[in-house]
Amino acid sequence: MSKKFLLEHVNVPRIETINVYREKGGYAAVEKALKTMTPDQIIDEVKFSDLRGRGGAGFPTGLKWSFMDRKSDKPRYLVCNADESEPGTFKDRYLMEKLPHLLIEGMIVSSYTLGAKAAYIYIRGEYMYIVRILEKAIEEAYAAGYLGKNILGTDYSLDLYVHPGAGAYICGEETALLESLEGKRGNPRLKPPFPAIAGLYACPTVVNNVESIASVPTIINITADKYNDVGIGKSAGTKLISASGHINKPGVYEIELGLPVEDFIYSDEYCGGIWKGRKLKAVVAGGSSVPILPANLIITTAKGEKRLMTYESMADGGFVSGTMLGSGGFIVMDETTCIVRNLWTFARFYHHESCGQCSPCREGTGWMEKVLHRIEHGHGHMNDIDLLVDVAKKIEGNTICPLGDAAAWPVASAIRHFREEFEYHVKYPEKVKDPKHFEKEPFEREALMVNG
Amino acid sequence: MAKVTIDGATIEVPDGTTILNAARQIGGESVPPAMCYYSTLKESGGKCRVCLVKVAQGSTKDPRPMPKLMASCRTPVMDGMVVQSITSPEVLEARKSVVEFLLINHPLDCPICDQAGECDLQNLAYKHGVAKTRYEEERRTFEKIDIGDKIKLHMNRCILCYRCTFVANQLTDNRVHGVLSRGDASEISTYIQKAVDNDFSGNMIDVCPVGALTDKTFRFKSRVWFTNPMDGHRNCPKCSGKVVLWTKGNDVLRVSARTDQYNEVKEFICNECRFEHKNMNDWTIDGPRHIDRDSVIAQNHYERTDLQKLKLEIDRQIEFEKGKQLPEPNPSLTA
Repeated sequence: MSKKFLLEHVNVPRIETINVYREKGGYAAVEKALKTMTPDQIIDEVKFSDLRGRGGAGFPTGLKWSFMDRKSDKPRYLVCNADESEPGTFKDRYLMEKLPHLLIEGMIVSSYTLGAKAAYIYIRGEYMYIVRILEKAIEEAYAAGYLGKNILGTDYSLDLYVHPGAGAYICGEETALLESLEGKRGNPRLKPPFPAIAGLYACPTVVNNVESIASVPTIINITADKYNDVGIGKSAGTKLISASGHINKPGVYEIELGLPVEDFIYSDEYCGGIWKGRKLKAVVAGGSSVPILPANLIITTAKGEKRLMTYESMADGGFVSGTMLGSGGFIVMDETTCIVRNLWTFARFYHHESCGQCSPCREGTGWMEKVLHRIEHGHGHMNDIDLLVDVAKKIEGNTICPLGDAAAWPVASAIRHFREEFEYHVKYPEKVKDPKHFEKEPFEREALMVNG
Repeated sequence: MAKVTIDGATIEVPDGTTILNAARQIGGESVPPAMCYYSTLKESGGKCRVCLVKVAQGSTKDPRPMPKLMASCRTPVMDGMVVQSITSPEVLEARKSVVEFLLINHPLDCPICDQAGECDLQNLAYKHGVAKTRYEEERRTFEKIDIGDKIKLHMNRCILCYRCTFVANQLTDNRVHGVLSRGDASEISTYIQKAVDNDFSGNMIDVCPVGALTDKTFRFKSRVWFTNPMDGHRNCPKCSGKVVLWTKGNDVLRVSARTDQYNEVKEFICNECRFEHKNMNDWTIDGPRHIDRDSVIAQNHYERTDLQKLKLEIDRQIEFEKGKQLPEPNPSLTA
């Protein structure tokens, strides 16, 4: 069994209540941090632990905290980004549902570090039942003296609020999230200024993912040294992976960073192999935005090394033959999957979720979706494939926020690795009329598939 | 003060000036186009992405280039910054693609649009667009609505620059219209049949870069290039009273605020001046309005086309239709 930092006690009955949580050693980090450590010590500890943002970008958390303007006389805020909407990602939901107090503990320690007097958990509107779980937990924490005025007799006070969104993917982008939290339309802001300088209500703000914040208590409890021992190099600690798709055991798994991808897919401890004894065709490794990889490239890198579940190994080969660890939304596809159809589904999502503020994303996502719809339904032309590549290239990097990139990368990578399938759709429009076309007659490209 | 170099020309500007404004002070071809930025409206800009420029050197202190193209209208200059506008092929390519994106859902109904001739999108498309579209899909459509008593909204033509919402926020005491929905379904509208009704609402028409918001008192009266624009003023208790009168004979067809060379209004006018005084006797005429030489509105200024060159261009397009290799465009025609 690998080390579990986050989900160690997840199966303890009634762990969502404060008493059981404390019996299992909960809130020890709050005691330790508030009573024995200064904010600077905690920042150094988190920096030294090599904890990286678990929301997708993988930016070092300690470094992000150190950018915050802690000398300013404005109030400071910590915002937890629980607007988990990336297709294929459901790790934060599991964490908050099962271990609400772990998140609250992390929020208290992080807020103390940043000197925030108020902290917010911005949660997606679809997670309404988790809002209730969190609010109940917060109530318990107030009653036990972990929140409110003079926490544990120190002179530090903190108020924690849960704020549900109204169902928009874009509000997971940190500046759009802040706009939404302020009660405005969730349009991303232009950066700079970054939230660390002018964020919520134009005050210094740090926005962190649920899993990043929930990892902080562990680092305080066991020290950065021990946390750092798990994982490889700059990918330290454990990571929640939400595995879905054509596998025997879909679900949320906590892995030690550095686990080979092959072991993750095929070992019984994790995904348990491809369902129905089929072959692996492709994997989207970090939520729908990251480039898709065919089976041969996800198991081994282009250099022939084993691909590992780390930020560096996943990105090995750049966007030509690599991908990103992203948010840990691990979507596995077997040989019967139609890549074009899958890509169309993703494109439809981005088209629907584009905020419409800047032109390339607003117009380009819709364009790509319509062209993909045509190809998938047997009305495509050969030059549509190059058109898609060109449109994706023109969106990428020219937008205000990364949603444009997120919409462009899957298109570019799917065509890069599975061009023959797109051409097949154009050449044989009759065969693709049936929506389950590859289920009856899998599209064979042996070289790229890996046997189970 | 910060020293900034744009396409080789150096200028010293106060700290906090944006790249776009620094470029405007230098002038010439390097000035990036702008569809959503409006100098007199705070917080405008950054959305349309046509003003993207390449920052080849961030500043003297940190000479690294910026990784992405930057929106020049919202990026402040730093001392020692080096910017490439038309000297960077990457920037020209990005501009061209943004124009393509702006046009794919635009109805291209210029022949019946009141804005034709004074439309920023039309000018932009002439300069940076291509003659042919690659977009085969259906365009998004909306119903036309009367967003105010005297203002018509054609949402089909809108490019979502948000300027009209900034006008409502910054010039009037309450905003009743805004952007509804999201993505390419987002639209400028009022919430449940409310109407924009205040003394300065007419300025929405002037700030609109396209024909999405038009003056109902002028709709279909005349093409702008058949009118005779004159500067005029009156003593108005609400606004500066400095306007442009678009006349035909002795009739005032339209009154609008005066714009500068970038088509931006510096002094906004009230609705009374705009809609209520359509009589020559109400105004003191200051003289003819200066119109740019290359503007369509400058009457009778049409360039002769060389028929031989035109034939070559048409042949080129036909070859392209046949799927053959596209020959090099004729530089004298695209220039």
